[in-house]
Amino acid sequence: MNKIAVLGDIDSIKGFSTIGLDIFPCENETLAKSTLKRLIAGEYGIIYITEYYASLLKKEIKKTEDQILPAIIPIPGITGNNGIGFSRLKNSVERAVGSDIIFNG
Amino acid sequence: MALLNVNPTRMQLTKLKKQLTTAIKGHRLLKDKRDELMRRFLDLIKENKQLREEVEEALKEANSHFALASSIMKKEELEAALLAPKQEAYLEVSSKNVMSVNIPVFDVKTRTDDTSDIYSYGFGSTSFELDDAVTKMSDILPKLLQLAEVEKSTALLAAEIEKTRRRVNALEHVMIPNYQDTIKYIAMKLEESERSSRSRLMKVKDMMLAQAHGYNEE
Repeated sequence: MNKIAVLGDIDSIKGFSTIGLDIFPCENETLAKSTLKRLIAGEYGIIYITEYYASLLKKEIKKTEDQILPAIIPIPGITGNNGIGFSRLKNSVERAVGSDIIFNG
Repeated sequence: MALLNVNPTRMQLTKLKKQLTTAIKGHRLLKDKRDELMRRFLDLIKENKQLREEVEEALKEANSHFALASSIMKKEELEAALLAPKQEAYLEVSSKNVMSVNIPVFDVKTRTDDTSDIYSYGFGSTSFELDDAVTKMSDILPKLLQLAEVEKSTALLAAEIEKTRRRVNALEHVMIPNYQDTIKYIAMKLEESERSSRSRLMKVKDMMLAQAHGYNEE
């Protein structure tokens, strides 16, 4: 049985605890990095991470890209959207097709 | 033109011809696989794009509700209200095989079956904005799960397509031409040696006839 984790700054993720997801608040990059590593090694099937931290921890996220689990999914935080979610999609398209034919740019 | 490093013998020729048919068959199969993967990938990516737009929009809305709630309530009260969540979500992961790519299928199980059982606080001391925010959150959950599933599948499919495409190209542009060239080379070499041995035989026959009968075939 796997669980779902949410990683990010406390203001962005506190709401997720109400629907039963495990939240892991972080204040800085180093803490987020070590937490993410722990989560990847742990029993978590999905890790939602706020876009701000996702852009800081690109390297760690890339490592899990070709594994089935865990799925690390960037979500917009309270500070808004920095487009990393869509840029990931764009990368996938480029990887598969050779050039971006969906997002045009 | 690149030749394989083999001896030009009849046995090698048969072997290479067999390998060539296998390579062509494999190439055709892989090409079909690539096309089918691509078709599914394009469907998925469109779904993914739409889902992500929806989720981001919904999260923005939920966040703004939370912001409103925190502006009305005291910080400590808000934190206390969210401190002990009632609901707990478990994830059941199974995998689905799509064209020999294993993609995950997520299914969420909550501790209580009642999906409305999410308010971990009494209604007396909290603002209604918080209720709105929590309701919005629980509405998002299925979409969030679907997003995770689709996004992971997209990434895995992309990796597989990349691999398959490389194989198709390697077969089409390197392996198959190499086999064809080598087969041609061996066939020519064999014909050449056949011709040379025939002309040698004719010459020997001439010489033997001349020796035995003083006879010159002309």
